Amino acid sequence: MEKERVFVVVLGKDQKGIIAQVSGLLFKHGANIEDVQQKVMDGTFVMTMLADITESASGSAGLRRALDELAESMGLKVMLHNEAVIKAMHRI
Amino acid sequence: MEFGVEEVFETAGMILFEHFDIRAVTLGVNLKDLVDRDAGRLAQDAGERLAGLGKRLVSEAGALSESMGLPIINKRLSITPAAWLIEPCAQADAPLVLAQALDRAACEAGVDFIGGFGALVQKGTTAADRRVMESLPQVLSSTQRLCGFLNLASTLAGMNMDAIVRLGHILKDMAAAGPNGIACAKFVAFCNAPEDNPFMAGAFHGGGEADAALNVGISGPGVVRAVVDKHPDADLTELSEIIRRTVFKITRGGELVGRELARRLGVPFGVVDISLAPTTAMGDSVGRILEGMGLERVGAPGTTAALALLIDAVKKGGAMASGRVGGLSGTFIPVSEDEAMIEAVEVGALSLEKLEAMTAVCSVGLDMFAVPGDTSAATLSAIIADELSIGMANDKTTGVRVIPAPGTVAGDSVDFGGLLGRAPVMPVNRFSGAAFVARGGRMPAPVRSLRN
Repeated sequence: MEKERVFVVVLGKDQKGIIAQVSGLLFKHGANIEDVQQKVMDGTFVMTMLADITESASGSAGLRRALDELAESMGLKVMLHNEAVIKAMHRI
Repeated sequence: MEFGVEEVFETAGMILFEHFDIRAVTLGVNLKDLVDRDAGRLAQDAGERLAGLGKRLVSEAGALSESMGLPIINKRLSITPAAWLIEPCAQADAPLVLAQALDRAACEAGVDFIGGFGALVQKGTTAADRRVMESLPQVLSSTQRLCGFLNLASTLAGMNMDAIVRLGHILKDMAAAGPNGIACAKFVAFCNAPEDNPFMAGAFHGGGEADAALNVGISGPGVVRAVVDKHPDADLTELSEIIRRTVFKITRGGELVGRELARRLGVPFGVVDISLAPTTAMGDSVGRILEGMGLERVGAPGTTAALALLIDAVKKGGAMASGRVGGLSGTFIPVSEDEAMIEAVEVGALSLEKLEAMTAVCSVGLDMFAVPGDTSAATLSAIIADELSIGMANDKTTGVRVIPAPGTVAGDSVDFGGLLGRAPVMPVNRFSGAAFVARGGRMPAPVRSLRN
């Protein structure tokens, strides 16, 4: 079975617990985190997580809804992209 | 394969802050096999096929958008030109019967527009072509989602001035048939119309197409504007390179969506149309890109050159990204759908004549502009002839979507709402070309058509 991997992108003001909360949510939804990167860009905290959601019962739709709720409660913005999109746009 | 945080953030930022989206996924559908002497049966069969396919398109596009994390804004259908479908129908109101069925199917499927109610008359008109042409005022004013087109000229065939003269009158009737001349906003007059265009109002499923094809129109004026703004000191060579790289990325995103959606629908993937298509949203403007390059306003001296640079870079970036670039693939400069274009007209920076000059270097022509309600049919025909001549002589697509807004004078404004935006009424040269267009006949094809 082909892996389904997504990038979770979190943007906003740096604060305690972002990685803990997002990774906890991904764990709860059956996703396996394969990579985490973070950086402050133009004064904005940016974190990306690459997660394998092949075995997630929620799928990308359920995960997106849960992430949206979490992001709102923390005053953050969150985006979720299939790895194929990032690959198509940034690699030949 | 590893991706840096900057790369992932760039894609997220394009969507979050710069209006990047897949503007249109358009499923072209062949209906030639449904041709029937009975207009009612043709209409019913066409409606059933389109409603079924349209529902699948909407559903699959929604699911794909969700799983990819890329917004897909508009889902559309295009069909075999209507004039070919009604050829054998003796029934006088066959065009209207078909049109209403198409519109109902679009509403039932939940697609936002259905295109293809038109005819290819660049060299001459058949009886069916004439019936479709004459039905346009009633059809486009009594339907919601149906769009019409006529191809009136081509580089190979020349220009059908007789049809253009008649179209002037039809446009006047079309404008009078609905509020603010709204029916005219759903109609395009073309030269060299592409048969795989995913954008409305001019989409149709051409004669050389398969039973179905999925075409994708990307967008991204906001994305291009953002990179232009970030490089105020780049010279024009560098600026071109920067735009090319950006368009490459957004085209790749569009191609991915097109390929995957076509696979899910079980139809061939047609083309990616790389046109930069503005919307009325703040910042999602082609005019603002040009201003970002250094123009005080769109329409200022230098505008045509800036636009030429922009479209050249867009094409090069898009062509590198996809082997399936097609459709219109130019830069859209509709007046009513672009905040910078509206402002430029209102402050007197942009005239109709300058707009016409701009279309000589970019697709797709004079788009979504309003002229005073008392503009004569002959003047409308002459404006169309001028614009289509640019396409014919330069072997490119040009189109005209003009709204002679009833009861308005230059300086007024017409609000169409939604995607169609607000058109300031532009003054038209007060001198007449009526005697010229009234000569009629067929303008010969340019010598560049003799290339075999």
